[in-house]
Amino acid sequence: MNSVAFIAIAVVTLGAALAAALLRKLIHAALVLAVAFIGLAAFYFLLGAEFVGLVQIFVYVGAVAILIVFTILLTRREGETIRGPNWSGVIIATAVFSGLAWAVYKTPSLAAVAPTFEALTVKRIGETLMTDYIWPLLCIGLLLTAALVGALVLVMEGKRE
Amino acid sequence: MTPTLQLFLVFSSALFSIGLLAALSRRHAIFILIGIEMMLAAANLNFVAFWRFAPGPHEPTGVMVAIFSIAIAAAEAGVGLALVIAVYRHIRTTNVDQLDQLKG
Repeated sequence: MNSVAFIAIAVVTLGAALAAALLRKLIHAALVLAVAFIGLAAFYFLLGAEFVGLVQIFVYVGAVAILIVFTILLTRREGETIRGPNWSGVIIATAVFSGLAWAVYKTPSLAAVAPTFEALTVKRIGETLMTDYIWPLLCIGLLLTAALVGALVLVMEGKRE
Repeated sequence: MTPTLQLFLVFSSALFSIGLLAALSRRHAIFILIGIEMMLAAANLNFVAFWRFAPGPHEPTGVMVAIFSIAIAAAEAGVGLALVIAVYRHIRTTNVDQLDQLKG
């Protein structure tokens, strides 16, 4: 881990996230959001969790961002009324950030440097997933199935009558 | 100097706050969902950072929690966007200010 990579990725990711939060055009915001998610995946690579980084790219960039783009296309309507920045939202977000940052910096045990460790292989992740985490894995399967069916039911055209 | 755990936590706090800003200050339902996704992703980064900086032998607990959390985020995004489409079909708008049918 070096700090140059950290700073570069942090600047790109935060800039992209800020643009996604503030851009006027919805489709631009969705595309910039994909950039922010790629930056987060780079952080996972930097932290030595390559598998999570790959999953992040597959799920967030490949599925969620594309899903958002499709929803924008399906609900296209010249919509959002132009208005100035919502100052209460800005104030609340700034207050939350300063509170969290203050708490992080006031905790001395968080100043640790990363210990060296052996790389976490996908084989190890798979074994752990299939032994210790088998019940959460089954629950996630059930949850994803239920979400799939629920999403289909929600958007299905009503022809039951 | 290598980045410490504090830097990662401050970064994810910043990302969380930006997501909160998007969820609070936009009027479009899809923007609110984007903000919620951002907050969830920021919380995810914390799990992996704490796992990486933990002393002692490494159990992959943080990585597991992050993977499950990503799966839940995917399900949440799917249902949320389906809800946006359903609302748009009924009311022909995605502006959350106009969804005031329950107002007394």
